[in-house]
Amino acid sequence: MIHSLFLINCSGDIFLEKHWKSVVSQSVCDYFFEAQEKAADVENVPPVISTPHHYLISIYRDKLFFVSVIQTEVPPLFVIEFLHRVADTFQDYFGECSEAAIKDNVVIVYELLEEMLDNGFPLATESNILKELIKPPTILRSVVNSITGSSNVGDTLPTGQLSNIPWRRAGVKYTNNEAYFDVIEEIDAIIDKSGSTVFAEIQGVIDACIKLSGMPDLSLSFMNPRLLDDVSFHPCIRFKRWESERVLSFIPPDGNFRLISYRVSSQNLVAIPVYVKHSISFKENSSCGRFDITIGPKQNMGKTIEGITVTVHMPKVVLNMNLTPTQGSYTFDPVTKVLTWDVGKITPQKLPSLKGLVNLQSGAPKPEENPSLNIQFKIQQLAISGLKVNRLDMYGEKYKPFKGVKYITKAGKFQVRT
Amino acid sequence: MAGNSLSYNDQLAGGEAPELGQEATPATSPAGAFGLFSSDLKKNEDLKQMLESNKDSAKLDAMKRIVGMIAKGKNASELFPAVVKNVASKNIEIKKLVYVYLVRYAEEQQDLALLSISTFQRALKDPNQLIRASALRVLSSIRVPIIVPIMMLAIKEASADLSPYVRKNAAHAIQKLYSLDPEQKEMLIEVIEKLLKDKSTLVAGSVVMAFEEVCPDRIDLIHRNYRKLCNLLVDVEEWGQVVIIHMLTRYARTQFVSPWKEDDNLEENSEKNFYESDDEQKEKIDKIKKSYAMDPDHRLLIRNTKPLLQSRNGAVVMAVAQLYWHLSPKSEAGIISKSLVRLLRSNREVQYIVLQNIATMSIQRKGMFEPYLKSFYVRSTDPTMIKTLKLEILTNLANEANISTLLREFQTYVKSQDKQFAAATIQAIGRCATNISEVTDTCLNGLVCLLSNRDEIVVAESVVVIKKLLQMQPAQHGEIIKHMAKLLDSITVPVARASILWLIGENCERVPKIAPDVLRKMAKSFTGEDDLVKLQILNLGAKLYLTNSKQTKLLTQYILNLGKYDQNYDIRDRTRFIRQLIVPNEKSGALSKYAKKIFLAQKPAPLLESPFKDRDHFQLGTLSHTLNIKASGYLELSNWPEVAPDPSVRNVEVIESAKEWTSVSGKAKKVKPDEKFYSESEEDASDDSSDSESETGSESDDEENEEAGSDESSEYSSDESDSESDNKNQLAKCKSKTTEESDPDEKTNSKLQSSDASDSESSSIEESSSDSESDTESDYESKKISQKEEKKTWPERKPNKKDVSLLDLDDFNQVSTPVAVLTPAISPGLIADLEGLNLSASSSVINVSTPIFVPMKTHELLHRMSGKGLAASYHFPRQPCIFCDKMVSVQVTLNNTTDQKIENIHLSDQKLPSGMRMHMFSPIESLEPGGSITVAMGIDFCDSTQTACFQLCTKDDCFNVNIQPPVGELLLPVAMSEKDFRREQGP
Repeated sequence: MIHSLFLINCSGDIFLEKHWKSVVSQSVCDYFFEAQEKAADVENVPPVISTPHHYLISIYRDKLFFVSVIQTEVPPLFVIEFLHRVADTFQDYFGECSEAAIKDNVVIVYELLEEMLDNGFPLATESNILKELIKPPTILRSVVNSITGSSNVGDTLPTGQLSNIPWRRAGVKYTNNEAYFDVIEEIDAIIDKSGSTVFAEIQGVIDACIKLSGMPDLSLSFMNPRLLDDVSFHPCIRFKRWESERVLSFIPPDGNFRLISYRVSSQNLVAIPVYVKHSISFKENSSCGRFDITIGPKQNMGKTIEGITVTVHMPKVVLNMNLTPTQGSYTFDPVTKVLTWDVGKITPQKLPSLKGLVNLQSGAPKPEENPSLNIQFKIQQLAISGLKVNRLDMYGEKYKPFKGVKYITKAGKFQVRT
Repeated sequence: MAGNSLSYNDQLAGGEAPELGQEATPATSPAGAFGLFSSDLKKNEDLKQMLESNKDSAKLDAMKRIVGMIAKGKNASELFPAVVKNVASKNIEIKKLVYVYLVRYAEEQQDLALLSISTFQRALKDPNQLIRASALRVLSSIRVPIIVPIMMLAIKEASADLSPYVRKNAAHAIQKLYSLDPEQKEMLIEVIEKLLKDKSTLVAGSVVMAFEEVCPDRIDLIHRNYRKLCNLLVDVEEWGQVVIIHMLTRYARTQFVSPWKEDDNLEENSEKNFYESDDEQKEKIDKIKKSYAMDPDHRLLIRNTKPLLQSRNGAVVMAVAQLYWHLSPKSEAGIISKSLVRLLRSNREVQYIVLQNIATMSIQRKGMFEPYLKSFYVRSTDPTMIKTLKLEILTNLANEANISTLLREFQTYVKSQDKQFAAATIQAIGRCATNISEVTDTCLNGLVCLLSNRDEIVVAESVVVIKKLLQMQPAQHGEIIKHMAKLLDSITVPVARASILWLIGENCERVPKIAPDVLRKMAKSFTGEDDLVKLQILNLGAKLYLTNSKQTKLLTQYILNLGKYDQNYDIRDRTRFIRQLIVPNEKSGALSKYAKKIFLAQKPAPLLESPFKDRDHFQLGTLSHTLNIKASGYLELSNWPEVAPDPSVRNVEVIESAKEWTSVSGKAKKVKPDEKFYSESEEDASDDSSDSESETGSESDDEENEEAGSDESSEYSSDESDSESDNKNQLAKCKSKTTEESDPDEKTNSKLQSSDASDSESSSIEESSSDSESDTESDYESKKISQKEEKKTWPERKPNKKDVSLLDLDDFNQVSTPVAVLTPAISPGLIADLEGLNLSASSSVINVSTPIFVPMKTHELLHRMSGKGLAASYHFPRQPCIFCDKMVSVQVTLNNTTDQKIENIHLSDQKLPSGMRMHMFSPIESLEPGGSITVAMGIDFCDSTQTACFQLCTKDDCFNVNIQPPVGELLLPVAMSEKDFRREQGP
């Protein structure tokens, strides 16, 4: 399946290579560079490239390209999902998935890649198993190792690998037993010029941080499970229980993981928490234009909206912008033409606005279309869909765990067309 | 690169200084003179010393640095002898790194690599399974042909190992050995056959992978493992699932008859036999229906893969989606669309692949993705490749009903800053225009408007598309052509200029005044034009010469003269050809008589087709499909066989078979829970306005028939199996019939599972049920349920406890459990309460389904006359209310029919009857004249049909309005079997 893997940074250096079968020369990446050049933008590099003898499947993550070399037919999603899993594992181990982190830990990276794939077929991809085989680097451990001479590599097969619950490691022990759930909902929306909603939907995830000793068996129930229209599960969840009772029943992995992600079926009934008043105009045959946006709360269920950021990709002919915000601060990058306005909180008494002039390249025709506004915001302690966790029960262990649920609503891909 | 390695050496030199001590110092001075290479040598020398030292820590350091070199792609092969000595190191980390090194370089240094073999052979006998497995991994990875016999032996032994982990590694080793020495195939197939019988979920994925690589054509090996693989599938790790599903898809296509036949035949029949009498046709259909019954094994596969649609792994979801696409009856494939749309939230690469597959699907079966139309709307931040794919899908989904919405959306896209995408949008508009005749004129007008766009690419693309559209519609479009002729002065894009010239030439008789003038202008600029344009100028000249030689004879000859001496040979050729054909001279033959017919013949209109049209012959989700090229190693999906091969080959012997069959026959009865998605698919069908009603009707008939059929066939084929198993089988069946209650328990017992795990769980569940019951009884919400109803519901709900374990493979069957709960005809709030009570008892029968049909009928709330120009209407969207689950959601549409702004529209609940509650929409600041806005509100009608009166206020006025809910809007749709319904009805 996966023959080789090359890691390439933004400036086109191949800084790591790993082969699972015979060695493939680095020159195969030239085809990739060619495609990258053609695409101009990193986002537009095609994920699947065909070369005379190989196929290249690549992903772009955290300013790095993971390029895998394939020789025969394989489902492309299989490779893509796997590469993302590799990147996730690096993130998990080193705190970030960057060139520097990978170079610093090149030996651990190599050991991980060796364990994750055998002959190009995934062997162990569960973080709990990998962590038993290869301990993540910590300062304390490296000090201890240098004194005692013990190693970072486990010498027995992780118990999880053989059991029916490969995601959980055995012998977990905590003095404080805690289970936290974050219900995070994101509103994806397209709002048209006049302020009406073209498309809106709510996507949510429940991220869990479980630090419980032993083998706890949890079941999480909701007040209104029918809201969840389409759900995808972590493998630990018993699908049958959900089908019949709408209860999430599972033996959790240890640590942080994504329990479920879901979509809410409410079609056009999604509450849109903010509105934007905008007037952006460019004058014909003159080198300036006017820019004026105001943000206000709409259906915010009585909660404060915070962390508002507005990002606008201005047209190419814009040279500079002279604006005055009533609140927060703004930046305009004349190279990428991106305007970012960091607003902060909305106070209903005085709505934040950003007004001013736009300088255009003289002589150039005025832009066809006004740029769309991308809005980010956050509402604490609210799941906009109304989803509520009813209760969490734990079986199989004697102690009383500390339980916590947090709700956050965020803007996902929230776009206002102007 | 040079800079890189230099800094690396520097760094090393610095780091090594203390260790190297004095020896290093004299050596550096000549090294400086020789440059990089000598310092490289020096460093390796140092590594060798470290590897030969006695201290593990030094060795480990050295190995780490060597691995660093390998990772960077530098050559470290000369250290081979020093490294290979450490293969037997006690330190596991050193050992692992030596393995890494060996696998990388053994192929180059085969003789030296042999030194390590004995160590591995010893390790293969180690009591630690991890060491056995990793020894096998390295041994099989070092690619030294001499050791093939040793590898073969090791694989054979490992395939019988007690540890499933070692067996998994053996399965991987099979593929490695096969690629090293294909002559071992026969022996390897034997091992594969043995491992296929393995019952461990750990092994299943890997061995199927080996099967796919070594002997994908040996379908006969799968037969006896088919049912086991289907049943294990849910518990196999995600990567294995993908491989197994792909393999089983291919398998099923060779072993079962097509479930589509009925659909296809029906369609054909209804077309062909239009004139046949109804009776005759009916007979035919009946015949077809009778002839098809889905093989229970086929059904097993389709059912067991369904839960995997909920996987977090996109590759698994895609694999199931393609399985449904290629194997399931067309009416059932609808369920995959929801999951595929979910994947669109994922990374850009996943989106790309999924969208490609949806594009192919949406060409063949529009209805599947129509409900998700809006999910494919484009955002300005999407990468271009995603945008174009989404556009492709939107175009495929366009039909009479949604075209107006789509065109409005396209209008936004045309203005996009991403010009490549804008051009693609214009193409898409062109395709919509040809596919949907109702909007052809609208589209054409829109495209003509675009001709005055400032951007040249947009204009050029519009010209090309208009040309195609006009060609398709030979009606009078003189005006458009004239307009385009004017554009010739400003457009510079060659394709567009060529298109305009061609159009004028083709319609030169319709624009007799302009055409010669255009030719005159072109003659002037001929030499400066692009080749493409030159050719069209020649064509235009020829056509005008034939129709209007009086005015254009000289011009054409001038152009022909220019063309004669052009640099491009194509143009010279064309010139010669045209001259001979149109200018009469003594040499010209009979052909010139027909010149007019040749040049001005009716040309067939081009077909505007989707670029994804030809991809459907590849299996979905494959690399070949993505690239639209047959990738090496692509396994063709065979066509359905006419007659199914003998199904008994899948029977497994004696004891196992009895178990298998009970589960299968049990399952055959359980087709009913699937009804939920039948009805969903029907909904799709009814949405699709192009489908005739009769078709959907007959489809559902078929489904019923099919269910019955699968029931029969399961019994029938079980009779056919060995007499021994037959007896047991029937016994088991009787048993399962008489003790339906204990049925699930029995099933769980028959599965492999650690009994202690299920024990602890079942006890924990008992705890939980008592817990939640006491909890919920005290719940104040439950007081709201009227006493009477409580009496009705409580005694009937038996606490039917079940072992729920991870390995419980069988479906829970909601319908077959005879426990029923009254479905109260009340608002969602109550149901939610009941569900809350119900948490740990597994017998919930209230199976609230999504509304199948949401009427778009609106009711008037406020007439514009009485509302001083403000009109309001409402309708019930039949969605669970988001504000409070006791409320019914109501959508109110407000219209401003005046010519002034209406400000501050809000609600006031002063007059609301007591007990009722209302969630108001947030005040609307202003409504533009002619504007319209839709807002959502929730009203708690207290489960009664009494009227909710409240006030709709504007800045100046207040209007009393009321909503009286039809009783149906207060109810929830609930799916229940007829049996349950009768039971509820009884008292």
